Amino acid sequence: MAFREYKMGGMFFGFALGFSMLITIFFPTIYITNHGAPNDYGLDKTMTYGHNNGFTYSDPFLKQWHKPIKAVLSKDPVTGQAFAKPMTVYVYRAGDPFPSTITHPRVLAGEGVIALSKSKGKIEAADDSKGAVFTLANGAYKGKELSYIVDLTATRNWTPTQVLAAVPVAQQSHASQGRTLYMREGCWWCHTLLPEETQDWETFGRPPLVGDLNGQSPTTFGSDRKAPDLLHVGSRNSSREWITMHLFNPRLVQPHSIMPRFDYLWGDKDANGKTINYTKWRKDYLEYAAGKTIYPPEVPTPAKSSEASHLIEYLLDLK
Amino acid sequence: MGAFKYLFGKEEEIPQGTAAILFGFGSIVWFIIGTGLGSFNAAKLAFPDFVTGNYAFAFGHMRQVHVMTVIFGWIWGAFCMAFMYITPALGNTKLWSEKLGVWNVLTWNVGLALGLSTLWCGMTSGREYSDFIWPIDLWIAFLIVLPTGINVWMTIINRRTQGIYTTNWFFAAASFMTIIVFLIGNLPEFFHLTGLNEAYMTWWFAHNILGLLITPVAAAISYYIIPKITGNPLYSHRVGHLHFWSLVVFYSTPAAHHLMGSPLPEWLKSFASVEGVLILIPAMAFVCNITLTMQGRWRMFVENIEIRYAATSSLLAIPLNMQGGFQQTRAINWYVHGTGWIVAHDHLALLGFSTFAEVSAVVYGMQTLMKRKLWSYSLQNFHYWMLLVGFGIYWTTMTIAGLIQGAGKVFEVPYIDVVIAEHPYMIGRWFGGTMVFIGNIVWLYNMYMTAKSGAEVPEGLLPQEIAYDR
Repeated sequence: MAFREYKMGGMFFGFALGFSMLITIFFPTIYITNHGAPNDYGLDKTMTYGHNNGFTYSDPFLKQWHKPIKAVLSKDPVTGQAFAKPMTVYVYRAGDPFPSTITHPRVLAGEGVIALSKSKGKIEAADDSKGAVFTLANGAYKGKELSYIVDLTATRNWTPTQVLAAVPVAQQSHASQGRTLYMREGCWWCHTLLPEETQDWETFGRPPLVGDLNGQSPTTFGSDRKAPDLLHVGSRNSSREWITMHLFNPRLVQPHSIMPRFDYLWGDKDANGKTINYTKWRKDYLEYAAGKTIYPPEVPTPAKSSEASHLIEYLLDLK
Repeated sequence: MGAFKYLFGKEEEIPQGTAAILFGFGSIVWFIIGTGLGSFNAAKLAFPDFVTGNYAFAFGHMRQVHVMTVIFGWIWGAFCMAFMYITPALGNTKLWSEKLGVWNVLTWNVGLALGLSTLWCGMTSGREYSDFIWPIDLWIAFLIVLPTGINVWMTIINRRTQGIYTTNWFFAAASFMTIIVFLIGNLPEFFHLTGLNEAYMTWWFAHNILGLLITPVAAAISYYIIPKITGNPLYSHRVGHLHFWSLVVFYSTPAAHHLMGSPLPEWLKSFASVEGVLILIPAMAFVCNITLTMQGRWRMFVENIEIRYAATSSLLAIPLNMQGGFQQTRAINWYVHGTGWIVAHDHLALLGFSTFAEVSAVVYGMQTLMKRKLWSYSLQNFHYWMLLVGFGIYWTTMTIAGLIQGAGKVFEVPYIDVVIAEHPYMIGRWFGGTMVFIGNIVWLYNMYMTAKSGAEVPEGLLPQEIAYDR
């Protein structure tokens, strides 16, 4: 390597690649981090989904361990006094890791939101080893109305256990677990989560804004759309029955669908504790598909703790 | 199996070319697995009730395994074969460390098997093209790519020629850039970066792993094979320089053009789009250089199988880069983004342009290293045509399906009608992909027979200088 040309070449190469990184990594990430415009929608997403829905220390096998629960609280969990307006809370039990928006408030991107969440919301007091309950609130900052995050454990002394005890199990949403399944089962290989900015408005709803995504990981936009975009599916189709049938066997509700069956997410037992006989179900279905019977076999209702149920809760949460 | 004893043997006792031959055979085996998975996945899209309702064989678990197997099994394996054979050949020396090479074969196969099985079980980072969980990403960067890089760089430093030939610039730079791309592209996983930054970094990785590893190395292989076999010197060293430098500058910058419909800053999208068109500079420099090197020897395109693979690769680079340069501009991207058009384009890059170059390197390198003539010309010819026709069917059907999808989204057709309209093309895609898979099995058989009983190439002669037995 004694040639002067190679020394210069090496320097030029380093310069070219370094300059390219400066333009494509440094400037964009600084810009994005400082130009978030968080709103109710984005804050709700990050608090619902939690720390990470892909591979992470607390959930390496994507078995949906340590995920938060989203619930609608209609009474004070301590005094039992009913609220005039129900409150959406995000319950992080002891050991559930917080999303980046709590651990690194800078991710919230927006001076006002950060200031309000810290001063009024007391999010810096949250401790994930003890768990915490969060909600969203509105407040004024320098004359502007903004949404921010409130740590109810710090402001009102509500513990995750108390709050969960005050909400019926049926009204607790495991959307975060469902989103983890959305990654694990590869739903996003066909159903994108990115209505495009050019022509998707009418069909799939509004494309995301920068602040909508703060704190989410992974974002899984998807690139190869073979099926409808699902970012706002809960607003288009909120029928739990339809989604349940569609997941169990898509051909039941849409004969031309090419979606795989996700009946294995039902587990062994249905909501009534009855063992699901898949062999018999498929035999009955084949008879129905061949025109031998008039009605298809009944789709079992998934148990509340089943993976199917979590995935449905996530889909219904995609407003 | 005998290769295991070399892991702890003395460097001098390991025959030259061992690592390259192992990489060559390994890459063909991974190619068969990868295309087999591709064919299986395509069958699921064509016939939705084919193996369904089964956790282990769900489409969502296997789709990414296909992609990762062909990229890090087939393409990376064939690249390593080329590195370990062509780099010393161009330096008029031997590989710096054959032992490191043999260890590298082991870390590559073990790492890949680990990565693919965890991915198959659903352990994913949820980031397209960097789907592997981050421990596997670190394994790839430090235990697979770094040892290869060290071998390539040290071989080049210890060369016995004065200059460095074009191919070796690309090899040395690409193995370096791959490590950088792996370490920077996976920052969101190492440090839990979130939101739009994570989305952007995902596509920064995806763009650069294709642009700074696969495109330059595949082109560099043609820079070696075409002059070597035709006997024509490379048309222009200077155009090679243009290719190299414009690739480093223009290919490393347009990552954002993969997210034209996302809320990324507009200045970034515009910048990426312009840089994306400028990729045509390295692309055209490469194609011109290769086709002009072929001047006067085009009959070898018909007569010589290695030249046919390499020249086909270079010719496929023309439509590839014309598509790639323009489909990412706003004028076209809004119509084709996220449709089968892009899937067709991906396969034009990886199965068309890149695979043909790699097959040429593996076929030629294995013959030279094993000093045996290809066992059967007819079987290799069969593989060429299965690959070309299978790919052609795949590309055509997916392009049509993509245009249908594009029309569907622009005219707001109910999605299910798009699915119905695409059905025949999904069958065509499965058929084309399966042809490639079957062709590869034949290729492995031919390579195995070559190793076992191909005609011996006499000392002082090159494989292309002796006739075929059958």
